[in-house]
This record gives sequence, structure tokens and C-alpha cells, in this order.
Amino acid sequence: MHEPGYNFAYLDEQTKRMIRRGLLKAVAIPGHQVPFGSREMPLPYGWGTGGIQITAAILGRSDVLKVIDQGADDTTNAVSIRRFFARTAGVRTTERTREATVIQTRHRIPETPLTEGQTLVFQVPIPEPLRWMEASERETRAMHALQEYGVMRVSLYEDVARHGRIAKTYDYPVTVNERYIMSPSPIPKFDNPKLDRNPALQLFGAGRERRLYAVPPYTRVKSLDFEDHPFHVETWDQPCALCGSTTSFLDEIITDDAGTRMMVCSDTDHCTQRRAEAEDAEPMRRVAS
Amino acid sequence: MSSEVLLKVSGLEHRYGKHVGCTDVSFDLYPGEVLGIVGESGAGKSTLLKCLATQIEPTAGTVEYRGRDGVMRDIFALSEAERRLLLRTDWGLVHQNPRDGLRMGVSAGGNVGECLMAVGERHYGQIREQAGHWLQQVEIDLDRIDHMPETFSGGMQQRVQIARNLVTRPRLMFMDEPTGGLDVSVQARLLDLLRRLVGELGLSAIVVTHDLGVVRLLAHRLMVMQAGRVVEHGLTDQVLDDPQHPYSQLLVSSILRV
Repeated sequence: MHEPGYNFAYLDEQTKRMIRRGLLKAVAIPGHQVPFGSREMPLPYGWGTGGIQITAAILGRSDVLKVIDQGADDTTNAVSIRRFFARTAGVRTTERTREATVIQTRHRIPETPLTEGQTLVFQVPIPEPLRWMEASERETRAMHALQEYGVMRVSLYEDVARHGRIAKTYDYPVTVNERYIMSPSPIPKFDNPKLDRNPALQLFGAGRERRLYAVPPYTRVKSLDFEDHPFHVETWDQPCALCGSTTSFLDEIITDDAGTRMMVCSDTDHCTQRRAEAEDAEPMRRVAS
Repeated sequence: MSSEVLLKVSGLEHRYGKHVGCTDVSFDLYPGEVLGIVGESGAGKSTLLKCLATQIEPTAGTVEYRGRDGVMRDIFALSEAERRLLLRTDWGLVHQNPRDGLRMGVSAGGNVGECLMAVGERHYGQIREQAGHWLQQVEIDLDRIDHMPETFSGGMQQRVQIARNLVTRPRLMFMDEPTGGLDVSVQARLLDLLRRLVGELGLSAIVVTHDLGVVRLLAHRLMVMQAGRVVEHGLTDQVLDDPQHPYSQLLVSSILRV
């Protein structure tokens, strides 16, 4: 049961309905930014007010919620938001990607492949990918409407001219369903391929900027690039120090005052699962040898 | 010069509320022709140019343009998407102040390449090669291709702006005081350059200026405007050497000869 005194999942039903209407429109036009009446939430802007409002609007009593921040389930932001919904909605929470039906995330997409029926909710600081090149909202809307996206490539051009490669590593712009250019929120470009034809529903919410957008399941999402400078994701020359994964996104952790570093998976659930599996397999291997 | 009209303007008028910006302007422009529009400040020259370049909508009258397919179309009857496409591909617009026509936070090469990317060019090498080519055409060294427009002098910024407009091979250029704010020797070089480019590329152009020297060098035909109306219209040399209207006479006689 959720805490008395609050409506289920904090927001009032009228607001949730308004957000759901916005989400329906966003799903109908993949990648298109839909304005919505963002509410004051009991956490500051920039901490995920957009994502938390979407989660509140779509959460049902039987849902299982997972919240991640930079891939981790145990960081302040993730813990606070998870506890917020445990208290105001009384829903079951989990750290397991496979068990969750709704995953609110900041800065990462889980390494474990998502499945049909799961919903990924992104927290978005700046929903407008054209904002860095064009300051006028009126103009960016016209550019989206008329598919006038030359200027987006100008920023990539500038990167290649200056650094010899496309230097953008996060919030890497994508084309959704061969139509709208969309900001994938500040996820590393490593996660961009996971957006493409993902079986899960992906919803994006920007609280301060009051925008919703969505990538419905199995929608084509293509990262912007040049023919002679194709998009590729970052790689590491060492495996995860804890689970030995060579395919996941690694964070560099400083472990003492002398500057000793180790590279570990940023997705804590993925790392834990892999280690548990390895331990299970260990005695068997010993028996076999 | 081809005999088919490129741009046909009839009865064009723009009012700012009650105040008349320009009124009753009609003329034809042929391919390869440069038309000069002169007149004192406030005569309606810039208003007229803004109307023609679809920056503002006229209150009355029509502007028809012959597309690459040879069909005449009223440009204000086009959808906004078609009009913007036209402006990106077939037309160029050179602003008086290069800051209005350039992205100041983007390198010269990026500025020139933007129009190519806007019409679908996806190959970095080719974009850069084209940008370099057009920068050289306007006499800017290749080693400045990655420099920011801020580091350029006023005359160079103006030339980058011209290169940015030429890269999509437009057929019609609108220029609003292209040499305004530049010193005389830089003006002379820019005029030489424009004259060469217009000749080589077979461009049509409409040049608005208050500088009679500019039109003497560039324009084939001349329109003199006063208080929103065209008071005299003819071949440049004819108008300048034998002005008929009192205002044209005044304008020509007020040039200081040194």
C-alpha cells in the first residue's frame, strides 16, 4: 500500500491523464516533441522531473519499477526516486532489469536486452537537438516541421574539421523513423544502437522544458554521421575488472588517494548478474577439470 | 541573354500599417541580368528587396519566378516548405551586415558547407572540397577554412557570405548594400569579384544600394526609387548619364567628384 495522504503515484489523476494524452501523441509521431503542462515535483529541475512525471502517469499497481542513474541502481538519484514511488505508489521495486516492467533511467540504457512489454523512461535536460545551433524556438519548430536539418550536420562538420572525427560522445543526435531528429538524452553514444528497433517502449520527458517524446517499439533509430565518417561506438582495451565483460560500457573508478584506477561496468545490475553466473559455474568447471 | 523572363514583379506594394513601404513596383528580370535599385534612405529599397526575397509578405501585387523546370509560379502562393527550398537552392540572399547572413559560431568552411548539407550532401570530404572551392572563388585562402568568421575582417566576412550563397549554384541573388560599411579599396575589390562571378556564373541579381558607383559597375539596368515609388527605370548608363526625373537628376548631381 502507498502512504496515505498522497494520490496513487503522487500526481493527481487529471495531471496523469494530461500526460498520458501527450504520450499517446508522442508515440503516434515518433521523435516529435509534444508540449505538456509540467508540474512542480518534490525534487529540483535537473534531477529527473520529466522522467518522474512520465513514470507517475504510466505506473499501475502491478508494475515493477527499476530506477537507474548512470547505469547504477545505488546512486543518490536512483535511490531517491525508487523510494519516492515505493512510498507514494506502493509498487514493487527491483534492481533486476529482467524483472522490471518500468525502468526510469538517467544517462544509460541497460546492457541486458529489453523485451516487449517493458517501458524505458528517460530523463531529458534539453530535448531540442537543434538548440545548440539555433537559439530561436520558433525557428527550430519550423525546421522540424519542414525537415530542414542541414544545420545539425554543421555541428558534426565542425567536429570533423577541428578534431578529425565526430567528437560528440553523449547526447548524440539520431534520426527517428527516417523523419525527426531527436536528442536521445545524455546517454553515451555507446547506447545509441540500443535505441534502434528496441522491443521496449521508450519514453522521454523533459520537466523544465515541458516536452515529451517517444520511440515506439521496433522503430528505426539512426545516428547521424557522414558517409566518409560513419558512426561508431567507443571501445575499451581492457575488460571489466569485476566481471570480465568486454562488451559493456565501462566507467573509470579511482580506488585510492594514489590514483589507482579500475575499469568497471557502469551497469551495476549487469555486472552483478554476470558475477553471480560466473560463481555458479565455477564449481562445475572445477569438477570438470 | 535569354528572352524568357526569370522574375516578373507586378503591382507590388508593402505597407507598414498606414505607412507606405513601397508601392506600385513592376518590372521584369531576365536571366543573366543585374538590376540595380537606388534611392535615398527610406525610399523603400530594402522593403522591396525583402518582399522579393520573401522575408516579408507584400500587401498587394505578385512576384512570379520561373523555376528550373521552366514554369512560372507565384512565389507567395507556394507553401512555406517550397518557398524555403527555393530560397536554399535557387536563390541567394546577401545581407548588408555579414553577421545577419553568417553563423558566427561556425567556421568559414562550415558556413559555406551548410547549404550543401541542407540539400542532402552527406559526404564530409565532398562538402569540404566544395567549401574550399567556393572560398577560393571569393579569394579567401584555403588555410583559413577552419577559422571563425569573427577572426575575419569586414570585407572577408562579406566574401564568406557570398561564397555561402554561391555554393548551391543559385540562379538569382538578392544583395542588400553588399559593399556597405567597407572602405573604398575593399569595396573596389569586392565589386570586381562580384562582377566576375556574375559574369562567369550567368547569375541574375538584384542589388540594392545608395552608392551610384556600385550600380555603375555592376548593374545593367537601374531603378530609381523615391518615397516608395519607382520614379525612373532604364539602362544604367542612360539613367546615370541622362537622368530625366528631377529626383534622379538630384541624385546624380550630388555625387562628389574628386
